[in-house]
Amino acid sequence: MTEFLQQLLNGISLGAIYALIALGYTMVYGVLRFINFAHSDVFMIGSYVGWFALQRFQFQQPSFLGGITVLTLDMAVCALLGVLIEKLAYKPLRNRSTLTVLITAIGVSLLIQNLAQNQKFGFGPNPKAFPPLFPSKQLQFGDLTLSTNQLAVPIVTLGLLAILYWIVHCTRTGTAMRALSFNATAASLVGINNDRIISFTFALGSSLAGAGGVLYAMNYPSIDPLMGTMPGLKAFVAAVLGGIGNLPGAALGGVLIGLVETFVSGTRLSTFRDAIAFAILIAILLFRPAGLLGKLKVEKV
Amino acid sequence: MVPPKSQRLLIATLAIAALISAFSGRIDAYLLDVALGAGISIVLASSLNLINGFTGQFSLGHAGFMAVGAYASAMLTTTLAPKLMGQTELLQWVVFPLSLVAGGLLSALVGVAVGAPSLRLKGDYLAIVTLGFGEIIKVILQNLDAVGGARGLTGIHTHTSLFWVFGSAAVTVYVVWSLLNSTFGRGFVAVADDEVAAEAMGLNSTHYKITAFVVGSFFAGVAGGLYAHLKGYLNPSGFSFDKSIEIVVMVILGGMGRHSGVIVAAVLLTALTEVLRSFGNYRMIVYSVLLIILMLTRPQGLFIWPLKKRKST
Repeated sequence: MTEFLQQLLNGISLGAIYALIALGYTMVYGVLRFINFAHSDVFMIGSYVGWFALQRFQFQQPSFLGGITVLTLDMAVCALLGVLIEKLAYKPLRNRSTLTVLITAIGVSLLIQNLAQNQKFGFGPNPKAFPPLFPSKQLQFGDLTLSTNQLAVPIVTLGLLAILYWIVHCTRTGTAMRALSFNATAASLVGINNDRIISFTFALGSSLAGAGGVLYAMNYPSIDPLMGTMPGLKAFVAAVLGGIGNLPGAALGGVLIGLVETFVSGTRLSTFRDAIAFAILIAILLFRPAGLLGKLKVEKV
Repeated sequence: MVPPKSQRLLIATLAIAALISAFSGRIDAYLLDVALGAGISIVLASSLNLINGFTGQFSLGHAGFMAVGAYASAMLTTTLAPKLMGQTELLQWVVFPLSLVAGGLLSALVGVAVGAPSLRLKGDYLAIVTLGFGEIIKVILQNLDAVGGARGLTGIHTHTSLFWVFGSAAVTVYVVWSLLNSTFGRGFVAVADDEVAAEAMGLNSTHYKITAFVVGSFFAGVAGGLYAHLKGYLNPSGFSFDKSIEIVVMVILGGMGRHSGVIVAAVLLTALTEVLRSFGNYRMIVYSVLLIILMLTRPQGLFIWPLKKRKST
């Protein structure tokens, strides 16, 4: 029972990070209808930005306020990076075929990964140790051991989700975002500046990925330039599982994938855990292509 | 109907390959290695071209199929065959080509298993699912102790010669070419151009997609077998996403759905890899920049041959 609870908490903690990344995939898919492959690398850059910030400020003691500052800074940098990628690589490709954009996205992803791996321009291929972000403490509930770091992930995620919900549902920009994902042409007809909203969407999604990167590095404190690929792919699976284009779906999918992965890791099948997410993806696409919370659209000819 | 000219071309290429192969001992070892690599790239790129270029199904799992073929044929020649008949001269001239075909067949079988469910999906979904399958194949190989697991498979006989590589390349190009120019094969391009219209004309688009997938993965498997018997060593991590991307770049660079363009691109990229070898880590950077610039400026590919039958949209 204790082990079950422990794994449950680990799973939720991991799932929350997947959820943060998945939201970025889902939002971009909502407005542009393509998979932003470079998203997982924004996540990776996010951890590195956090690492640099922590090195630079040289906090004597990891403090709560310091952690929040690093997180905020990190989100801002990642938002900028997201917008930059969008402006340079994707904007010239509006109205081109999905395949062209998809291949470009893969190219951008490879470029970021390999630049990051480069010793001269990037961070070098060797993993780096991530310093503690928040003051951490072990809490003991009977047999159950909790680290505050593990609790911090779902809490920060919930906070960010609340902010995201507020932006998407209670602000004009958010309304414009929803309008754009509903019907791009109609949105521009009623005076929405589509390009601006798309950039904003990228900023929003990338900042969440950045936050995810820092939180991930906090729990698994070794970062390297290729760390984004697997979490990125799994987060994408999470987005599809929840129904791509659907925000609550992405969050739900992320937590589910995190839970499944953690529980599989606890069994004899642990070496197959990277394959599990893809198996789920294939199953979901075959039996419920719209995802758990998505609505199936009928294609009209 | 296949025009006899293409068959003559095939036989001529095979003869030339055999002839050059006889003198391969005199060719500089390094040059020979690059040439063999280029030949394998041609097999890979041409087979992927059938799926990605002509049938318009974006597959990101070609390296996975290559891995299946590579492991299957390597297991056949290193473990099974010597057990059955001992070390004989036969191994190189009979068992090796048979193992290539067997690897291709197994790969094609996996292609059916992958393609049948996932080809209902389109565009980026299909890309992700094939990527996922590629990763699953890699993970399974890493966990299969019988084939060396994550340590890799060693001690494979190096049977691959110029004749086998360029013979396979010629056969691949010939099969893809004549398949597409048959009455049946026009359907591939029709499905790529407009699936709904093709369906309306009575073509079974799923059937075409699966056929393309199966033929494509068969040759990917053959290429894998050639690769295994060229390097003498296999490791699951060698068949990662990066390898799939490399093949995709060849197809795109050559212009999706052009035979000669893709062949040129396969040779060119293999040569480029060698040129960039002195730059080491910069190779993938150049690759990715190339890919992005290509997509931004010339999404139709570098080499544009005058089109006779097909208009690009």
